Amino acid sequence: MIKIENLSKHFGKVKAVDGISFEVKAGENLILLGTSGCGKTTTLKMINRLIEPTKGKITVNGKNVTEQQPEDLRRGMGYVLQNTGLFPHYTVAENIAIVPQLLKWDKKHIDKRTRELMHKLNLDSKYLPIYPEQLSGGQQQRVGLARALMADPPVLLMDEPFGALDPVTRFNIRKEFIELDELKRKTIIMVTHDVQEAFELGDRICLMDNGKIMQAGTPAELLFKPANNFVRGFLKEQRLQLEFKAVKLNDIWDLLPSIKTRSAAGAIHCNCTVWETLEIITSRKENAVAATNPVNGETKTITFTQLISSFHQYQNSEAV
Amino acid sequence: MNEGQQSLLDFMRQESGKLASQTLTHIGLTFISLLIAIAIGLPLGILIAHKRKLSGTVLGIAGVFQTIPSIALLGFLIPVLGIGAKPAIFALLVYAFLPIIRNTYTGITGVDATIKEAARGMGMSYSQILFKVELPLAMPVILAGIRTATVINVGVATLASLIAAGGLGEFIFGGISLNNTNMILAGAIPAALLAIIFDFLLSKVQNINFKKVRTGIKVIPAVLLILACFYFIPTAYAGKLTAGFTPEFMGRRDGDLGLRDKYGLKIHTVVISDAVMYKAAYEKHLDVISGYSTDGRLKAFDLIVLKDDKNIFPPYYAAPIVSAEALKKFPQLESTLNILAGKIDDSTMTSLNYKVDYLHQSPEKVAMDFLIAKRLYKQFRNGNAGTVRIGSKIFGEQYILAEMYTMLIKGYTDYDVSTKTGLGGTQICFGALKNNQIDVYPEYTGTGLLVMLSVKPKILDSLVLDKDKVYNYVREEFKTKYDIQWLKPIGFNNTYALMMRKSEAKNLKIKTISDLKRYLESNK
Repeated sequence: MIKIENLSKHFGKVKAVDGISFEVKAGENLILLGTSGCGKTTTLKMINRLIEPTKGKITVNGKNVTEQQPEDLRRGMGYVLQNTGLFPHYTVAENIAIVPQLLKWDKKHIDKRTRELMHKLNLDSKYLPIYPEQLSGGQQQRVGLARALMADPPVLLMDEPFGALDPVTRFNIRKEFIELDELKRKTIIMVTHDVQEAFELGDRICLMDNGKIMQAGTPAELLFKPANNFVRGFLKEQRLQLEFKAVKLNDIWDLLPSIKTRSAAGAIHCNCTVWETLEIITSRKENAVAATNPVNGETKTITFTQLISSFHQYQNSEAV
Repeated sequence: MNEGQQSLLDFMRQESGKLASQTLTHIGLTFISLLIAIAIGLPLGILIAHKRKLSGTVLGIAGVFQTIPSIALLGFLIPVLGIGAKPAIFALLVYAFLPIIRNTYTGITGVDATIKEAARGMGMSYSQILFKVELPLAMPVILAGIRTATVINVGVATLASLIAAGGLGEFIFGGISLNNTNMILAGAIPAALLAIIFDFLLSKVQNINFKKVRTGIKVIPAVLLILACFYFIPTAYAGKLTAGFTPEFMGRRDGDLGLRDKYGLKIHTVVISDAVMYKAAYEKHLDVISGYSTDGRLKAFDLIVLKDDKNIFPPYYAAPIVSAEALKKFPQLESTLNILAGKIDDSTMTSLNYKVDYLHQSPEKVAMDFLIAKRLYKQFRNGNAGTVRIGSKIFGEQYILAEMYTMLIKGYTDYDVSTKTGLGGTQICFGALKNNQIDVYPEYTGTGLLVMLSVKPKILDSLVLDKDKVYNYVREEFKTKYDIQWLKPIGFNNTYALMMRKSEAKNLKIKTISDLKRYLESNK
């Protein structure tokens, strides 16, 4: 879907981005992760040509971006910014309708799509005629997301979309974000410096430093097969929590004791991470939960102790 | 107080026609220049907001223009644009530029970078970002700049009257010269009201339109255009010859009023500052001007004096006038000032004035050269037996006389001298003397007679032809009325006079004011 080849951006002598290559498949969530100044935002902005590359090639859907009108290119990609970038002199409705206006949709179509998105993003339609400054930070970010999704672009670029929110709001919006059906179909490139966020939202993560990619892979690959000491060091602080979040029941299914239960009522899906499963178990009186694996039709009842011990076995087997 | 208010209203009612046309002219001047300033300043501000390398240069130049004193700027413009509306509008334009350009620049560069990036990121084109994002968001700041420019323009437009462009300045400057408080207020109050009203209206625009600028932006230019048209309403007429009179001359009985009463002279008249009048006549922007018979520029610009065949201009013999208090305080003062009595005749004064006004020598040098040539100059004694305060009006001759008196006092007595030169019109000087802010200044007998004493026409008729009678009359009256002493006349008669270019007067065969009247009334 999106292919970056040998991409560089130099600002004077500073090599902000230094010959990176990666690929994002259709429907995938790719996270550009790294500290400030590592070149992740510059990389993102080169994809919609807010910044022109010094060298290298970017193709989206097989088409070279530099061969398209920048305006047309951008109208076909959703763009979400850290500080929302909502127009203060436009109402919520007008803000959401900016891209469709540029694409010259008719009013009815815009209205219908606006209401649909407001509903999906848990925004009351009473907010439509008011100005962004009257909304809370979380609501503003939702409107920003609605604006980016309005024209249903296949690609979504997000620059620290949750960065300006307080931890509680951030947690809630992130959760909604994961569950939003509109986003499941989209190819998303998201920039963040928050490791937890990257592991929760990313199908794959590009960990960058000094304009170079240190490692690109799934969260589990980064954790269990770090390419170098930088990657190992970067994840060290929150390692255990990250591992709980990176490993899914699926991954350790065979290591779990095979106490098969018949009833699947109240069972969780084996796509759940160890972290999520632990949260559910600890919230229940019986200290156990049933999980089903639709691939082989198995259902297992898991206790806290069993889960931890299976996870430990997995850790040992994965570690190099 | 009550009486004063009453008569101000009376004055305004009496002059309502003039007041209305001056106000319209004033509004017109303000808004024509504002409109042009916006038409040029706004795009320029937008340009430098996007090409920031240019911003330093452009804002620097606009800033330098802003610092040029308005009168000086008007003076510079006369050789290029002549007199009247063109230089006035140009000058106002120059003053309106800085606030408009700078606020446009500040407004646009102040738009949150995230918002601009969002606009770009969504695929808006350069012009869409400008019109839908940058201008609407910068509009309150830009409007604030336009507000500032409007208020500046209403103020500076009062100066337009100095170069014959009309406006409320005609009343203000006429009133200052004639010490007619009602006349000053009749010009100043409407001018202040205009500034307040326009500022208020624009503040409304600024507030209302923040959210809905998109429609508002179209209304503003239309309103400005309508206001700008006001200028063309009152100035739709013109005559065969054009006269330029100073605001003071316009209101004096021995000026425009006398010309109309005694001669029945009807000429298309514009009000203009003394500082630019001679040059305007020389450059054929004006045909007839009101000047002074000893003015050096008479010689410099090749003008001739029209003979006052009906004697409306009384003798204007110059003499120092001193407060009685000062004469008591400085016993040697009278004899020292009288050293100059009878020493300077008309042609001597004209040539001294010529040196200052045209050859641009300093009044100090001219005064010293003269005193040395007449063997009157003495080394200063640097005494400290008190300080004599000498005043002067704001033209070359008075500066020269003030310098001469300074040198004489310092050379012949132990007094020190402080000078307060350039005290504006007659009434400002006279007021300063009455209020004991100065001790002495040179005054003219005719001025004393007509301006300070405002004598009745009957007495005037009995005195006018005789210079000694006039001198004696004002001396007695000043002593009893104001306790101010007229010392001996210096010798020259600097009377008011009508002047024309020598060549034109010769062609039209005009030698006297009556000739001028006959010419104007012929072949109408």
